[in-house]
Amino acid sequence: MIIGVIREQSPGETRVAATPATVTQLAKLGYEVVVETGAGELSSFSDQAYVDAGATIGDALAADIVLSVNNPLPAQLDQLRKGATLIGILNARTDEAAVADLTSRPITALSMDAVPRISRAQSMDVLSSMANIAGYRAVVEAAHVFGRFFTGQVTAAGKVPPANVLVAGAGVAGLAAIGAAGSLGAVVKATDPRPEVADQVKSLGGEYLAVESAEVEVSATGYAKEMSDDYNTRAAALYAQTVPNTDIVITTALIPGRPAPVLLTAEMVASMKPGSVIVDMAAGSGGNVEGSVAGEVVETANGVTIIGYTDLAGRLPAQASQLYGTNLVNLLKLMTPEKDGQLVLDFDDVIQRSITVVRDGESTWPAPPVQVSAAPAAAPAAAEAPVKEEKKPLSPAAKLGGVLAAGAALFLLVAVSPAVLQMQLVIFALAIVIGYYVITGVHHALHTPLMSVTNAISGIIVVGALLQVGHDGNVVTFLAAAAILLASINIFGGFAVTRRMLSMFTRS
Amino acid sequence: MDIVSASFAAYLVAGLFFILALAGLARHESARLGNTFGIAGMAVALVATIALAIDEEPSGLGIGLMIGAIVVGALIGLQRAKVVEMTGMPELIALLHSFVGAAAVLVGWNAYLHAEHKGEDSHEVLRLEALDMLGIHSAEVFIGVFVGAVTLTGSIVAYLKLSAKMKSAPLMLPGKNFINLGSLALFVVLTVWFVIDPQLWLLIVVTILALALGWHLVASIGGGDMPVVVSMLNSYSGWAAAASGFLLENNLLIITGALVGSSGAFLSYVMCKAMNRSFISVIAGGFGIEAGPAEDKDYGEHREINAEGVAEMLSGANSVIITPGYGMAVAQAQYGVAQLTSKLREKGVEVRFGIHPVAGRLPGHMNVLLAEAKVPYDVVLEMDEINDDFADTDVVLVIGANDTVNPAASEDPSSPIAGMPVLTVWEAKNVVVFKRSMASGYAGVQNPLFFRENSAMLFGDAKDRVEDILRAL
Repeated sequence: MIIGVIREQSPGETRVAATPATVTQLAKLGYEVVVETGAGELSSFSDQAYVDAGATIGDALAADIVLSVNNPLPAQLDQLRKGATLIGILNARTDEAAVADLTSRPITALSMDAVPRISRAQSMDVLSSMANIAGYRAVVEAAHVFGRFFTGQVTAAGKVPPANVLVAGAGVAGLAAIGAAGSLGAVVKATDPRPEVADQVKSLGGEYLAVESAEVEVSATGYAKEMSDDYNTRAAALYAQTVPNTDIVITTALIPGRPAPVLLTAEMVASMKPGSVIVDMAAGSGGNVEGSVAGEVVETANGVTIIGYTDLAGRLPAQASQLYGTNLVNLLKLMTPEKDGQLVLDFDDVIQRSITVVRDGESTWPAPPVQVSAAPAAAPAAAEAPVKEEKKPLSPAAKLGGVLAAGAALFLLVAVSPAVLQMQLVIFALAIVIGYYVITGVHHALHTPLMSVTNAISGIIVVGALLQVGHDGNVVTFLAAAAILLASINIFGGFAVTRRMLSMFTRS
Repeated sequence: MDIVSASFAAYLVAGLFFILALAGLARHESARLGNTFGIAGMAVALVATIALAIDEEPSGLGIGLMIGAIVVGALIGLQRAKVVEMTGMPELIALLHSFVGAAAVLVGWNAYLHAEHKGEDSHEVLRLEALDMLGIHSAEVFIGVFVGAVTLTGSIVAYLKLSAKMKSAPLMLPGKNFINLGSLALFVVLTVWFVIDPQLWLLIVVTILALALGWHLVASIGGGDMPVVVSMLNSYSGWAAAASGFLLENNLLIITGALVGSSGAFLSYVMCKAMNRSFISVIAGGFGIEAGPAEDKDYGEHREINAEGVAEMLSGANSVIITPGYGMAVAQAQYGVAQLTSKLREKGVEVRFGIHPVAGRLPGHMNVLLAEAKVPYDVVLEMDEINDDFADTDVVLVIGANDTVNPAASEDPSSPIAGMPVLTVWEAKNVVVFKRSMASGYAGVQNPLFFRENSAMLFGDAKDRVEDILRAL
């Protein structure tokens, strides 16, 4: 089959759905690739580069499979063949008009932004790959506008404090921003309703600011959800307290299919120092910041710059195209099981089902929801799973009771024992305790030598046999001799092998 | 000071030496000294006991057999210790446990033949009655023989499984818990009976019962749980020695048995925690019972890499962690791995090892193998020490490990190994998995690690592949 890579017509779009590198990979899957002339121009890929990679330049819209970045214009859609497959970021979740238009056509349409958040689909998750770029670019944009260094320095001309960066939302974009800002030398803090991201924030060198709230978000779909009023009030208090001392705020809070939550009010923005910068990465869906304008840079009365670009990923066109192109290659790998250039749409596969908006002219949107176990031990999953019930830790009272009961039982046992046995039990009990405490300190690496030494030591049973040998006739003597033989193997073998092992442990 | 009180004093000294021996083994620096203390304690105990035994005027045949048995036993033991492969340590230790069990059975039998069997007016029976100990003596015979026999057959089965002379899959008899509990109940009944009427046939029956129980206990445990089994048998062998100590009224045996018993129990407890299993169900036996799950889940595609690719990846890395498993031991790849380690360290790459507590077939098995291959022990870290560092690591080499690096344990609550602490290798930038094929590990669980984006598979014999990498470096 032929894959067509079209030249994007949407205003401001700089990306392209395939790069010379991904064209090579598509060819390996058995496809012929046709690229529209000038498709990669804005991403710095010349037509010649595509030809060198094995593509031909021609009419991409006439291909069997059409790859695009955005939803093509209606005029372009009209040129699609009957039965063609369109793959792109079609925004099926939010753009109802586009879905209706696609449904009216005799084609198959796959929306890359609907890839479910399961680990198997990570390699096709275009939202993640674009968010990663956007997060990085958000920091670069902020640095460009910000009138000072990110890193703190002590110079002959005086001391420079490091910039304080606050990242709201530690999703993919947020984490990318934390990493980028941190590597420029800024002091980075981050907030997120999901406490489990604290470690991820720390791993990138950021500090996690927790919102003190009873409500803890455990996400089942892998995306954030709307939070309760109580949480929002507490979060607002945290922002109001943090923002005045912050130089750069990057907000990334997005809830799929809903307007973005307002995190920073106009008062909070007004409380910031002149020269501060805010990047509102959610400006396209309503904005996290009051006063941000989608696609534009505005400056407030007190000199705070709010950047509301919605095309942050597209501002790194070559990189974004490469990652998006790879996402597409991974999807086509999944859909070309025989690697023979024949596209197979398998509705039993949850990824393919989820992204299909239209199949051969029939609407298949929306797909049934996919449950993603992104959160560890999600409550409902744990309840259904056939795992053993967690044992409740004993309460201190129950523990004390148990110890007292055991003590009483031991007391009775020893009290009724004959005198000889009493002495033996005392020794036995103390030796157990000593054994336990001596062993607790042993290093894990020495467990094998420890075991062979205890093995040798338990050969002490030879003592019993030694005292029995030579008494009470031949049966006892022979049995005892056999016991001596076995125990001796143990003693000598055990100590010798421990010696051998220990001599191997060396320090560098 | 007569010979009896001298031997009593010697036993105290020997017991303290044994405690020093175990304490010394806590750290690498003092471990060798600890072993020497153990040898010293044993020498003191043996000399005192032999003196005591000769003082009691045994028959000439007895003395001859005693010396002969010690010499032959010593020769066999030293010979075995010299030739054993470090990969074969688990088998050797399991076999040695069975010897302790066998000796305990024999000592118990002898004690019976020496006392109860001789009739009600024999010298020993009269002495015990005077102390009010006759019933207790009978019970002690029974307990000693029972524990010893369970240890004996249990260790033999463990040995057979570890040396692959027996199928390592768990034996699944119907109602196996009932068999175990029923045997225990029967043992209690027989003990009471024996205390009332000490007949020889009862002793024979209980010996056979215990031998069968020991066999069944370990046979129903899968090969993957062997680290727990071996340390559990270690504990049992200690209890067997302690039981003999009660029987013979010998304090040294009681002390030593209790030391070994509790240390073995503690080790098993550590192992159980590492595998997220219940301690009680291990002691009771037959805990490796989870059936293989229905594997129809689609994990996607795995990615393959060749030795040259790995070499290139390694030379570009700043930090490398190697997580070995039993597969490294099987392939005898530890020497190549050690060479790889020193080569990378020369190049300034930070190389460390992450050892899961249950890697291998014996607690600490991997450490011994790496030490044998001359990997310095200060770069060999345990799971808790290294788990936080994976995120900052460029390359992780997983060599012959599977279940111990399975992300399903922490991420999939329905997985059979859910909750087991694992090495979080997948947090590293790149993971290379050395594996013979795509087969699943001992637990029969598929490993989603292999299908992660940052993992690559290097198929083939681990030893050959490591050598290929060394050549390419």
